[in-house]
Amino acid sequence: MATVIEGIGRKTLNQLDYVGGLSIQMWAALRAVGASLPLVGNRYRWKASVGQMLQIGVSALPMVGLMAVCSGFILAMQGASELRRLGAMHYVIDLVAVGFTRELGPLLTAIAVSGRSGSAFAAEIGTMRVTEEIDALRVMAFEPVEFVLAPKYLAALIMVPCLSIASNVCGILAGGIFMFFSTHLGLGLYLQYVLTSIQLRDVISGLIKSLAFATIIVHVGCLEGFRVHGGPDAVGRSTTTAVVKSTFLVIVADVLFTAIFYLTGKH
Amino acid sequence: MPIISIRDLIVEYDGRRVLDGLSLDIEQGETMVLLGGSGSGKSTLLRQILGLERAQSGSVFVKGIDITRCSQAELKLIRRSVGVAFQSAALFNSFSVKENVALALREHTSLAPSIIDLMVWMKLAVVGLAEFGHLHPQELSGGMKKRAAVARALALDPEILVFDEPSAGLDPIVAAELDELILLLKKAFHMTVIVVTHELPSAFRIADRIAMLYNGAFLAVGTKDEIRNSEHPRIRQFLDRVPGKMAEAPAVTASFEKYLQTPEVNL
Repeated sequence: MATVIEGIGRKTLNQLDYVGGLSIQMWAALRAVGASLPLVGNRYRWKASVGQMLQIGVSALPMVGLMAVCSGFILAMQGASELRRLGAMHYVIDLVAVGFTRELGPLLTAIAVSGRSGSAFAAEIGTMRVTEEIDALRVMAFEPVEFVLAPKYLAALIMVPCLSIASNVCGILAGGIFMFFSTHLGLGLYLQYVLTSIQLRDVISGLIKSLAFATIIVHVGCLEGFRVHGGPDAVGRSTTTAVVKSTFLVIVADVLFTAIFYLTGKH
Repeated sequence: MPIISIRDLIVEYDGRRVLDGLSLDIEQGETMVLLGGSGSGKSTLLRQILGLERAQSGSVFVKGIDITRCSQAELKLIRRSVGVAFQSAALFNSFSVKENVALALREHTSLAPSIIDLMVWMKLAVVGLAEFGHLHPQELSGGMKKRAAVARALALDPEILVFDEPSAGLDPIVAAELDELILLLKKAFHMTVIVVTHELPSAFRIADRIAMLYNGAFLAVGTKDEIRNSEHPRIRQFLDRVPGKMAEAPAVTASFEKYLQTPEVNL
C-alpha cells in the first residue's frame, strides 16, 4: 500500500514539475520573443525567425494542404451519405465550411506541425544538449530560451494560423469539388453558400485555437529537448515524447476551447 | 587575491557525493591543471566553476563574486570574462566557423561589422584557422574543431580561459600542438588558464600548478615537481599507470572459462 501511495506521489510530483517547467519556460519565452521581432528586436534573431517560418510554415504547406483536401473529401462524403437520405444535401456545404473553419483546419494543422516541427524542435535542442552547445550558449552569457526557443515560438505564432487558413481553404475547396461531381453545383455558387454559412467569429475562434496549438507544440517540443539527459537514445525518446505529449495536449486544449466558445455562446 | 576561489564545495547527485568539501585558490595568470581519472569529479568541478550547476553547499568566487549566490545578471557579467573550449568543441553546427567566433562579438558588443570581421580573422589566425573561417564545423577535423573552439573562447578577450579535456580524441601530434597553443595563448594574452585533463604529458607540459582529484577530493595541489615527486600511493598509481582493481582479474577469468563450457561454444 505504501509503495502504491509512494508511486502516485512520485508521479504527481513529476507532473507538477513538468507543468512548472512549462510555465517557467513560457514566461521566459514571452519576455524573450520581443528580441525576435523585426525592427525593434535583434536582427539576427529575426533572421533566425524567418528561417524557422520557412521550415514550420512553407515546407509544411504541401502536407497540410493534402491532409486538408483528403479530410474535406471524407467529411463531405460521410455527411452526404446521411444527408442525402433526408434530402438535405445543401447542409453538406455548412458541414464542411463550418467544420473546417472552427475545428478541422486548426486541428489538422496542429497535428501536422506537431509531427513535423515539434519532433524537430525536440531533436535539435536535445542534440544541442548532448553536444554541449546549450552549455556553450550559457557560458557565452546567452539565454538558451531567447537564443533557441524565441525565434521558433515567434515563427510558429505567425505560421500555424497561416497554415490553418490554408487548410481551411483546401478542405472547403475539396468539399466544393465533391459537390460539383455529386450535385453539379458550380464552384462559384458553392463558394457563395460557404460565405453565407461561415461567420467571422468562426474564423476568429479557429485562429485563437491555432495560436494556442502553436504555443503547446513549441513549448512541449522545446522542453523535451531541454530536458534531454544522456546520449543519442535520449534524443530519440525526447522526439517521440514531444509528438505524443503535444498531440495529446492539443486535443485537450481543443476540447477546452470548444467548451469555452460553446458556453460563452460563440458557437 | 586569487581570481578563482573555491571554498568547501559539496556536490551531490541523487544522494551520491561527487565533490566532497573542495577548497582551492587559482591565482591570476597561472595555469591550473585539474588532473584526475574518470569519475574523479574534475568535470563536475569545472561545471561549478562555470556556474552551470548549483552546489549543495560551499562557494565559488570568480573575480570576487560568489557565483553560487549571485544574480543572473552578475553571473552573465562574470561569464563574459570567461572563455571556454569544451571537450566536444560544442561549435554551433548551423553556423560557419567565422560566425561561431563572431557570435559573442556581435551580441555583446556594439562594434561595427567590419571591425568584428577583422577581430574574427585575428582570432582565427591565432589558432591557425584564418583560411578556414567559411567552413562549417562538420567539415573540420577533430583538431581543427578544438582550435575553432579556442578561437571562439578568445572572442571577447577573456581573463580566464578554460579547457575541458583539450587532448581527448586527438592523436599525439595534434594534442602536442594544442598544448603549445595553450602555452602561446597564456604567454601572449597573460590569461589565467584552467585545464581539465587526464593526459599526463599534456598536464606536465602546460601546468604551473596541478590539482589532483580522486573520488571528489583533492589528493594534492602543487607544482609539477611536487606532484611528480609525490609519494602518495594514489598519485603514484595514476602517474605510474598502475592498473586498479587487479583483484577482479580472477573473476573475469572464471567468467570466461564458464562461458567456454556453455553448449553454444562446445557445439
